[in-house]
Amino acid sequence: MMDQQNLKDSPHASPAAPPRKLKVATVSLAGCFGCHMSFLDIDERLLPLLELVEFDRSPLTDIKHCGPCDIGLIEGGVCNAENVHVLREFRANCKVLIALGACAVNGGLPAQRNHLELADILQQVYRTGHGLAEGSAIPDDPELPLPLNQVHPVHEVVKIDYFLPGCPPSGDAIWAFLTQLIEGKEPALGHGLLHYD
Amino acid sequence: MSFELETATVASENLRRVAIDPVSRVEGHGKVTILLDEDNKVHQVRLHIVEFRGFERFIQGRPYWEVPVMVQRLCGICPVSHHLAASKALDLIVGAAKVTPTADKMRRLMHYGQILQSHALHFFHLSSPDLLFGFDSEVGRRNIVGVAEKYPEIAKKGILLRKYGQEVIRLTAGKRVHGTGAVPGGVNRALSIEERKDLLKDAYQMIAWSREAVQIIKELHQQNPALYDQFGTFRSNFMGMVAPDGSLDLYHGVLRARDADGRILFDQVDYQTYDRLITEEVKPWSYMKFPYFTAMGPEQGWYKVGPLARVQNCDSIPTPFAEHERRELVAYAGGKPLHATLAYHWARMIEMLFAAETIKELLQDDDLSGPELMSTGERRREGVGVIEAPRGTLFHHYQVGDDDLVTMANLIVSTTNNNQAMNTAVREVAKKYLDGQQITEGLLNHIEIAIRAYDPCLSCATHALGKMPLEVTLVDAEGTELDRKYKA
Repeated sequence: MMDQQNLKDSPHASPAAPPRKLKVATVSLAGCFGCHMSFLDIDERLLPLLELVEFDRSPLTDIKHCGPCDIGLIEGGVCNAENVHVLREFRANCKVLIALGACAVNGGLPAQRNHLELADILQQVYRTGHGLAEGSAIPDDPELPLPLNQVHPVHEVVKIDYFLPGCPPSGDAIWAFLTQLIEGKEPALGHGLLHYD
Repeated sequence: MSFELETATVASENLRRVAIDPVSRVEGHGKVTILLDEDNKVHQVRLHIVEFRGFERFIQGRPYWEVPVMVQRLCGICPVSHHLAASKALDLIVGAAKVTPTADKMRRLMHYGQILQSHALHFFHLSSPDLLFGFDSEVGRRNIVGVAEKYPEIAKKGILLRKYGQEVIRLTAGKRVHGTGAVPGGVNRALSIEERKDLLKDAYQMIAWSREAVQIIKELHQQNPALYDQFGTFRSNFMGMVAPDGSLDLYHGVLRARDADGRILFDQVDYQTYDRLITEEVKPWSYMKFPYFTAMGPEQGWYKVGPLARVQNCDSIPTPFAEHERRELVAYAGGKPLHATLAYHWARMIEMLFAAETIKELLQDDDLSGPELMSTGERRREGVGVIEAPRGTLFHHYQVGDDDLVTMANLIVSTTNNNQAMNTAVREVAKKYLDGQQITEGLLNHIEIAIRAYDPCLSCATHALGKMPLEVTLVDAEGTELDRKYKA
């Protein structure tokens, strides 16, 4: 578990200082965006949350690179070189890094490809698949990030402070987790909020 | 074959590369690259879909009854679309060509709940900042937080519209995201009278707010018709599903396509034969394929799908308020199809209104509380399921062996159908706004606004794998090698 000192300077470092909003960054790596949807499933509680936090890099903003942040939420596992790069950028910039949902925690459904040969999948999807144009070949442009042979959970690449399971974790679970963390407590999800489906 | 600005005709080492990476306020992973010369003349623009996951391949070998739950993990914004398209394909496999009225209506309710939540999310949470604040507005404010600060009422209604759609999904599917309501041959629950009453209570409010949303986008359009009519506009064919009588039906029907002037290309086509209509082309620079009508070829046969295609493809919308709005859009277009990229937002809000009205009508239907949930019949080996997802026509095609294991899966997801259209839109915008200009963040946002109008779901579209002639090693923090990428 993480050192609570990390968030000590926030949001009320001293009685004299005005409260500082916590910075939160979020990203979806090899995920489906469902965890971000679940995050938005806090519904109208989003408005009071915005009193306490501000978003840095996130699919919800136009900030393209993660700056120094208090909290980083990672959805999705790691399936290509770019995911590795982004994950490291998050780790370097976020005091607290959270693996959000099944894919980040253990690879999730995309890890079902881990027992297959990458070459075989490529062949099938781009060369021999149903309804393809004559002469279709496997995309190979340098602009496309390099795929990895396996889908990895995020903790195999960087240190992770908290794991929030679920496919996806419910909006209520994300709300409970975040509000406890923001209050400087050690997050604890009780029965009903902690589930793996 | 190659389109204008798809591939630079001068040597790329003499050009400067500008990248928008990642494309933000869209669902999933994409980037845009632009190649410019020293005079800032644009030579190449590409929207790359950069991620793969491999669904079509790893679905193979799984028991067929897992599929409706598995495929939802393609996309968290529109999981219900994949859930239902797969269920419809597998209905045929289990011999349930016709499901019970209760199953049909429960699924329809789930689907329209999803149309409502997805369209609300797209408009309010993702796209409205550009439209409300302006294309060049300050980056820090261009998001839902900025909208909540300046237009708290709009933000709140957007959040509550989406919440309502999500609650409709929760009650029909068991969960807001990745539920389990539909199964091959039917559904696994009906709604109680109390649940229906409870949902019906707020349905009228949702219709009222959806009507307001249509007004918001119409007003934006009226305030700046030159921009809204011209921005990223290009002519193309368009396709969608309609009910057999030609009215709009997002759950079930037949395929119809029109050319850029609105003339029918094909109509009343049974979607089981989709693969005779459509071929997919692969380009080396994107993991997302490029579909086209086979008969017309890749140059002439590409098309648009989604809200703007649908509201102009159908003959009518079967709910009164949405039909009124459809007629207004058609009148505005003056008898010819509207091809303006930003008109997607207008059409999307009309569909959101249609969804809200349809939800209200369905909730009043006692079939939703009926006892008959499942149908069975003679097993078949193959089935195609098609649905009009929030982002357009979605195809799921499966073959299943006698041992119940899937032997073939082919998916054409909604956004894939719009691949060429989105690429054309960004090239049009680049030509008009970026060519010869000093590139600023605000100008680059114009490119993203064109993409956002299509509400692309780039997670959906990344169910494929690629390889590069390079080698990358993944090592952990201690320097231990975890993975080495496949080498050709």
